[in-house]
Amino acid sequence: MEENKNFTVSVYTENNIGILNRLSAIFLKRHINIESMTVSKSEIEHVHRFTFVVIVPETLIRKVVLQLEKQIEVIGAYYHTEDEIIYHETALFKISSEHLYDDKIQDKMKFRRAHIISITERWFVIEASGLKEDIDNMYEKLKPFGLLQFVRSGRIAITKPKMAISEILAEIN
Amino acid sequence: METLNTKVNEVKTSKTVKITGAEAVIKCLLAEGVDLAYGYPGGAIMPVYDEIYKYQDQFHHVLTRHEQGAIHAAQGFARVTGKVGMVFATSGPGATNLVTGIADAQIDSTPLVCITGQVGSHLLGSDAFQETDIIGISTPVTKWNYQVTKASEIPEIIAKAFYIAKSGRPGPVLIDITKDAQFGELDYSYKKCEKVRSYKAVPKLNIEKVKEAAELINSAKKPFIVWGQGVILGGAEQEFKKFIEKTNIPSACTGLGLSALETAHPLHVGMVGMHGNYAPNVLTNSCDVLIAIGMRFDDRVTGNLATYAKQAKVIHFEIDPAEVDKNVKTDIAVIADVKETLTKIMQFVDKGEHKEWMTAFDKLYQIEVNEVINDQLNPTKQGLTMGEVLGGINKETNGDAIIVSDVGQHQMFAWRYANFVKTRSNVTSGGLGTMGFALPAAIGAKMGAPDREVVAIIGDGGYQMTCNELGTILQTKAAVKIVVLNNSYLGMVRQWQELFFDKRYASTEMVSPNFVKLAEAYDIEAVKVSKREDLAGAIKTMMASKEAYFLEVVIEQEDNIFPMIPTGASVSDIRLS
Repeated sequence: MEENKNFTVSVYTENNIGILNRLSAIFLKRHINIESMTVSKSEIEHVHRFTFVVIVPETLIRKVVLQLEKQIEVIGAYYHTEDEIIYHETALFKISSEHLYDDKIQDKMKFRRAHIISITERWFVIEASGLKEDIDNMYEKLKPFGLLQFVRSGRIAITKPKMAISEILAEIN
Repeated sequence: METLNTKVNEVKTSKTVKITGAEAVIKCLLAEGVDLAYGYPGGAIMPVYDEIYKYQDQFHHVLTRHEQGAIHAAQGFARVTGKVGMVFATSGPGATNLVTGIADAQIDSTPLVCITGQVGSHLLGSDAFQETDIIGISTPVTKWNYQVTKASEIPEIIAKAFYIAKSGRPGPVLIDITKDAQFGELDYSYKKCEKVRSYKAVPKLNIEKVKEAAELINSAKKPFIVWGQGVILGGAEQEFKKFIEKTNIPSACTGLGLSALETAHPLHVGMVGMHGNYAPNVLTNSCDVLIAIGMRFDDRVTGNLATYAKQAKVIHFEIDPAEVDKNVKTDIAVIADVKETLTKIMQFVDKGEHKEWMTAFDKLYQIEVNEVINDQLNPTKQGLTMGEVLGGINKETNGDAIIVSDVGQHQMFAWRYANFVKTRSNVTSGGLGTMGFALPAAIGAKMGAPDREVVAIIGDGGYQMTCNELGTILQTKAAVKIVVLNNSYLGMVRQWQELFFDKRYASTEMVSPNFVKLAEAYDIEAVKVSKREDLAGAIKTMMASKEAYFLEVVIEQEDNIFPMIPTGASVSDIRLS
């Protein structure tokens, strides 16, 4: 059996209704779980970018990306390994304000990309960002204080290799 | 105006006039050269049907007896003409009844445009009467789909639908139009779509790959071609024939590739796959270069992939990049239009001779003749065989007929024994295996090719899935010849139960009504044959009829289709019995 790996899949699409359904159906059809997903504008006007993270064998992701790219409203689709991308996640932790002046929590905050973004009498919110492991670590550290709420974003990623979307658009038109 | 998603060239522009969305639908179809549609009306599509009524002198609509019948008829029409098949249905159940046909067209690359009515846009998401999310439902089985909520979108979207359905690797497109968009007005003008900025219909041919492929073909000692429907879809039948005749390479087809090359051609060595011919299956595992042309290495073609053509270098000519290396790893892929590839490669390939290699095919063919084919075509046992019925039809039609087959044993017999002389003559449900396909598809095929004989070969099971379409034949007088091969079983499943489930015939025995009376109820002349001596005469009478005709042939109950590659077995382990 071929080894499962983390792949970050970037899909550039038109900004139309229903594309998410079309893309997710391709993962569904092959029984692939989507670990995380982010959708946003891209660097090109009117072009959207989906970023999926999946854990699958490379031979499978190669076929999936071709199927994604085959969709009419997909301009380009790519997959990358962890070392080909610069990636980031963000998380928010809501904690009771009784811990606000706790030295221990202050220690945990020393992680360089964590800071308090909101404080009230009853609760405060810590924002942390970084690699998946950074967020995992932060979660483990803050969990003992009682998390009133916890949420983390999907991965966003910039690739080191070029993704030539403008060139594809220029070639077709 | 150049819009965001489509760059369009002006081909035909009528003077801008204000009309309703519903009228625009019909005008757009006429502008696309479509004057025939299949469908079934209902609440949410009524404004369009009102326009069909008004345009009836220019636009013809065939009312089927079920939406599934409408879409299969459109598929039959598309398959024989190469044009886009057109379907109308209403919202809710009308739309969902199309889904099987859409999935069938998607997997068999058949160009269709389906227009469904939808509840008014203010009702979307409210669980309104006959509201269903047909966009969500059809997404995984359409090449493209789109919901129109404004009348002004209609011309651009229909233009785009036709372009997408027929360009590149064809497929079905569904356009869902809300009722208010049908009633709403727009300034009408129509421009054909020639480009969609996010969609590359035909990949650019890489001439270096063509040269590499030619070199490999020139150096091959035992080259072998497997072609598929791509040759037909690409309109490359002549180029294909020139290519194989220059290189003298034995060539076999997939089920959907049938009829692209006449059956009697000396280089045509039969069909590959689960119920294909003995020689091409066995020798797949002996060739040194396997050249796959417009085919997708379906599992029914390859058998066990781990033992499929492992000794061979593989060349793949294919228009769809997602099909390359999907199932079989290729050594050289030319991803382009097959007609262009076959035209370009001619200057690089040498004239070839592979006499000894051809002899290997002949030898194995003789084994198949002796062990299987003779028993089918000239049986000595009492019961009639499906093979001899096909043989009789060949004799009467000289292979000139369009053979429309349903799904099951009779389908495999039709593929194996029908003699084809013209392209686009094998209309069948290949990838999806949709029982009930043949009768409505035959109606569409006859309308697409009115000057040709259309013979539908159907089993007693599949026939009863869509025999309501006899009503469509009654109403349209479509002169299709219906042959039901009745073995009182769901024959293919029964065969598997016999071979792999110790003859436990779970729910495969089928009691059927009096098919002759049923056909007669629809004013169709009908005959039932159960004796060998009556068969030839009955086929002759049927083919001489100028009208629709029904022939039931009572077949030996437990006859099996062989050769057969059992599931999971290698192509070279094909069984003759």
